[in-house]
Amino acid sequence: MLTEFGKIFVFILIAILFVVVALIAAKIIRPARPTHEKLLTYECGENPEGSPWVKFNIRFYVVALIFLIFDVEVVLLIPWALVYQDYGIAGFAVGAIFLLLLGLGMAYEWRKGDLEWDRPKPIPPILNKSMSPDIKIPKEEIEVV
Amino acid sequence: MGLLDKQFADDNIVITTVDDLLNWARLSSLWQVGFGLACCAIEMMATSASHYDFDRFGVIPRPSPRQSDVIIISGTVTLKMALRVKRLYEQMPDPKYVISMGSCSNCGGPYWEHGYHVLKGVDRVVPVDVYVPGCPPRPEALLEGLMKLQEKIRNESSVKKSA
Repeated sequence: MLTEFGKIFVFILIAILFVVVALIAAKIIRPARPTHEKLLTYECGENPEGSPWVKFNIRFYVVALIFLIFDVEVVLLIPWALVYQDYGIAGFAVGAIFLLLLGLGMAYEWRKGDLEWDRPKPIPPILNKSMSPDIKIPKEEIEVV
Repeated sequence: MGLLDKQFADDNIVITTVDDLLNWARLSSLWQVGFGLACCAIEMMATSASHYDFDRFGVIPRPSPRQSDVIIISGTVTLKMALRVKRLYEQMPDPKYVISMGSCSNCGGPYWEHGYHVLKGVDRVVPVDVYVPGCPPRPEALLEGLMKLQEKIRNESSVKKSA
């Protein structure tokens, strides 16, 4: 007899076979008439130009991350908002703690300046002049972001 | 070159059945290139919308010619656009079909005589399967054009060697 894991194994096997058989059958049956123009990069009919590996500004990463957090917050809060009255004060507390954590996170990123597109200039370290009086940092070096 | 594609000289019982199956599959899921040129494109969009419901014929607009079976040339083909139309057609995988929609793409339409910038019929750059007359054609006309194309596909053979 099959064990429970055996059933999963059969299931996985069928899933793999399904894809492989479909791909091989399509490969055998379909017409394949490649031409130079057909194999060109699709650029809405224009001539492809330059490399597709363009660099994105690293600031998009932070924006995407923050968006994701609040996206998940909405997804989790809507079902909570529908049922929290049934669970009394405990249900309310769970949501409140969740919101508090996210609120703390938002305060943190606000303080860090991640909500600004133009990042504030970093504050250069202040040297204790009495300890190292000879070191002088040129002004241009401090201003560089 | 596939195993079945244009491989057989005559049709016996097996081949015609395969043909029927392939043709039925092809004519029931004619995905179109999401591509509009001029005012005919508005009628094409109306045809895709809920009232006329192109989807019931299996016509779904695709964002790339790589996934498409049919291109509907919906509107005035300017000389500048003709190069792009040609390339979009070339980039579609076989089998591919072309519906020329409206007077402008059939023959130049109102630009026939003085349109210095208009291609006098899209069949000068791509082979057209069905011409839909009208300026612009009503959605019913486009639907009929599509059904004509389906008839054409139903009667063609994809496995017999072309003459």
